[in-house]
Amino acid sequence: MHAHDSHEVEVDEFIENITKMSGEDFSLCYQCGKCTAGCPMADVMDFPPTLVMRYMQMGLSEELKKATSRWDCVGCLVCGSRCPKFCNPAKVMESLRLDDIKSGRRQEEIEALPVNFLKKAPQQAIVSGFRKYVP
Amino acid sequence: MKIPYYPGCTLSTTAKAFERTAMSAAEMLGFTMVEIEDWNCCGASFPLTQDNIMGLAGPTNVLIDAKKECLKEGYEDKVVTLCSVCFNVLRRTNYAFKEKKDKLDTVNFMLEKDYAADTNVYHYLEVLRDDIGYDVIKEKVKKELKGLKVAPYYGCFLLRPQDEVGFDDQYAPTIFEDFLSTLGCEVVDFSHKSECCGSYSAMRSPENVEECAYNVVDAAAAAGAEILVTACPLCQFNLDEKQESIKAHHSDATEIPVVYFTQLLGLALGMDVNDFKLDENRVNPLPLIQAKGLV
Repeated sequence: MHAHDSHEVEVDEFIENITKMSGEDFSLCYQCGKCTAGCPMADVMDFPPTLVMRYMQMGLSEELKKATSRWDCVGCLVCGSRCPKFCNPAKVMESLRLDDIKSGRRQEEIEALPVNFLKKAPQQAIVSGFRKYVP
Repeated sequence: MKIPYYPGCTLSTTAKAFERTAMSAAEMLGFTMVEIEDWNCCGASFPLTQDNIMGLAGPTNVLIDAKKECLKEGYEDKVVTLCSVCFNVLRRTNYAFKEKKDKLDTVNFMLEKDYAADTNVYHYLEVLRDDIGYDVIKEKVKKELKGLKVAPYYGCFLLRPQDEVGFDDQYAPTIFEDFLSTLGCEVVDFSHKSECCGSYSAMRSPENVEECAYNVVDAAAAAGAEILVTACPLCQFNLDEKQESIKAHHSDATEIPVVYFTQLLGLALGMDVNDFKLDENRVNPLPLIQAKGLV
């Protein structure tokens, strides 16, 4: 019998995966809220960046899976630029998006795309939109 | 002086006005932008996750194609971009390779290439400031844009992340302001000059873009601006196109035309305003330019 067996912490695959993809050290975040204060989309988010960081620290994967704020994130990088601990919530949001897509929790239907809008929109909007929303 | 030029996906299509005015102004200022051969899209967004190596393949291909051009006789050893997103993605790709050599090795292996992360990427504004010089531009200005109250809109990707892009101070940038002063404009400082326009949300959440655009346009108007200038086709589109619905939802909204900085440069250098495609804008800048006696 190994003495350390009883102390083993259950590894949450989701949390581990997001940590790996984002490359973030969540223990650095001390919840000052500057990321959310600067986020242009914080008003419409269910889980603004500060809360996402907190839930990642606490390993609350089921709540994070249900959150939708990553789809409101515009990737403007204000959060990371203001963080006093050099964390980067935008990287976490992108990791959450990719995990949603890869796991099949989120799917884009081609029919649902706003075709008329896309005809006049700059190509850039379409390319980066596809990068963010489609696997 | 010949400088290799990377247009990216939007400049030759929906942002022709940006490209044409930039290229004509370049000729007037003494340099030629030569489109690089066989280029592809940069991906239009820098991959933010550690394991997304695929996202670096596109921009690397662009950097390799650009380097070929840079090495030709008579060409500058730099590639110039107009779109701020292309600029951001290409510079960050080089930075990522310098930070983590194994990423470069993996991408080289994937592409069967031997890129050395040595393509120098510059934005058109940097070329104007550092290679041509604002003092030289000032001498070439035929028509000072006196009395035109202009708000410079940087958006996100010229400035962030500052360490990786190295364009200007992310909190107190001056390159745009100095450029506009050179043209004789009255520069208007405003709170939202580096706030997001809504970016790619245009595809999925138009209401979010409307909110972002309203905040920016409203802040510019409150600061006394008559016109907004930008260096990004998507910022231009989001800020301009959304003003109709903004007006419908906000009774206090002020309409402000949104133009590319090269259009104002062209105007100051004496180019024909009919070549600027100003009628493609939702909020037509022409009445303002006429009222100021600039055409």
